[in-house]
Amino acid sequence: MNATAYTRYELLRTFRNRRFLVFSLGFPLALYALIAVPNRHEQSFGGTGISMALYYMVGLASFGTMMAMVSSGARIANERNTGWTRQLRITPLTPRAYFRAKVLTAYAMALASIATLFAFGIAIGVSLPAGEWAEMTILLLIGLMPFAALGILLGHLLNVDSMGPATGGIVSLLALVSGTWFPVAAHGFLHILALALPSYWLVQASHVSIGGESWGATGWLVVAGWTVALTALACVAYRRDGQRV
Amino acid sequence: MSSPATAIPSAARAAGGIRLQGLTKSFRGPGGVVVRAVRSIDVTIEPGETVALLGPNGAGKSTTIDMLLGLTRPDSGHVSLLGREPRAAVEAGLVGAMLQTGGQLIRDLSVRELVTMMATLYPAPLDVGEVLELTGIADIAERRTQKLSGGQTQRVRFAVALVSDPELLVLDEPTVAMDVEGRHGFWTAMRAFAARGKTVVFATHYLEEADAYADRAVLMAHGRVVADGPTTQIKARVGTRTIRATLAESATAAVSPSAGAAGDASAERLAELPGVSAAERHGAAVILRCADSDTAIRALLAAHPAARDIEISSAGLEEAFLELTGGDDDSPLEGPAQR
Repeated sequence: MNATAYTRYELLRTFRNRRFLVFSLGFPLALYALIAVPNRHEQSFGGTGISMALYYMVGLASFGTMMAMVSSGARIANERNTGWTRQLRITPLTPRAYFRAKVLTAYAMALASIATLFAFGIAIGVSLPAGEWAEMTILLLIGLMPFAALGILLGHLLNVDSMGPATGGIVSLLALVSGTWFPVAAHGFLHILALALPSYWLVQASHVSIGGESWGATGWLVVAGWTVALTALACVAYRRDGQRV
Repeated sequence: MSSPATAIPSAARAAGGIRLQGLTKSFRGPGGVVVRAVRSIDVTIEPGETVALLGPNGAGKSTTIDMLLGLTRPDSGHVSLLGREPRAAVEAGLVGAMLQTGGQLIRDLSVRELVTMMATLYPAPLDVGEVLELTGIADIAERRTQKLSGGQTQRVRFAVALVSDPELLVLDEPTVAMDVEGRHGFWTAMRAFAARGKTVVFATHYLEEADAYADRAVLMAHGRVVADGPTTQIKARVGTRTIRATLAESATAAVSPSAGAAGDASAERLAELPGVSAAERHGAAVILRCADSDTAIRALLAAHPAARDIEISSAGLEEAFLELTGGDDDSPLEGPAQR
């Protein structure tokens, strides 16, 4: 069995779907341009010590990549709905290989989103040492792991009709309280809530530019905890879904 | 999972085929009603057989197929596919199937790419070009899967089922959405595949399909097997062939009111011919339903040597089916156990 070939065809399909590609990559980019271009000379956004161009570059990268990961769930829901998943279950393709293909495809979309935003960021004057670009990218990719599991979970929990509003709603809400649009308050309930969310740590990736450890133990623990919990839930949802709909 | 040699008596005989033993499956339907979809069925299919799973909607055909393929776990009973658990047979790439749900294919691939992608999942697939040829979709090989008609989609799904070169091919109502020409092509391809010694199981409610393309029919109704045998045998069981003929003018005249009661071609008299179980008359045309059409035709010709336009047809599974299932008023809902 050749699961690598399967992943290759998944990638081919995803990048051939122009409408999906344009909206997934274009929407965060357009927002970034609207917000950051007029404010590109603001060097310390909200007293964070981070330039507005960098802050929103990473903020929108977190938004775009969360969307990319969760929308892989929409593809799973769609394949369940049309019966394609059942067709795959009578092939030697293991569920593990199927999910790996979905997650890798989502990651490829996420990387494409990061690349377009970073390229635009550089164009409007974001300048960082190479090591910090790499560190931010790696933190974003690691921080997306809970969202890969969330995509699979939602793909098995929801149907095609509820998938759009659910993913849009969840990602928008997470982005709002996690500091995608403006920095999270330094104290209080919202601060504590944000610290417990994996999306907060995605946005925090921009803190590499102001030195020190950008995540710290709390960040790693929160990301790891959500990854484990959501993966377990995704496994349960997948098993429960064995019945014919 | 490799089950130890806790031998089922005839396991050796069925090692290469399919063995369904005491399969039972219930679902919780709307309003908490338990629907007993399949009620303890036993079916053995030998390697190389082409078997039709025949029955009306709701007979339990699709549920049986789901259990056979390991997509649904039976409440009780056991499935052996080619001597293995269904999951193991599927993982070994021995099974190809066209399922009833999911008329749609994944989008953004060409037909050739989709079939190739599926081929890569198997250890020893057939040549993709050959499969496209066999299933009659070579001419649409470069078309995107989202731009196909219903009939074309079905043929692509057939190609997907065949490309692994499976030992067992399972088809759940495969010709839905195909036009007459498409159906003909489909069954020709299926026969060509079966002729290579493959086992084929197909579910259908097109009775003529079972009659024409299967060696054997397993009739299901209300979750049970109500008959199982060669299609010819099943027809013989309920037994009827029909003779249609046009009688000579003199015989027709004989039943006109003026000719008195002596008319030897009245429906009543025709029904008394040996081998005939019922008779109808429409002018000069007569229709005889026969338990034994060989005897009946001899008797008819002896009595009416001038009879012409003679046509003998078998009843078809439709009638056999009504005969066999019509009396079964046991509801598929939870009730007193049958066995």
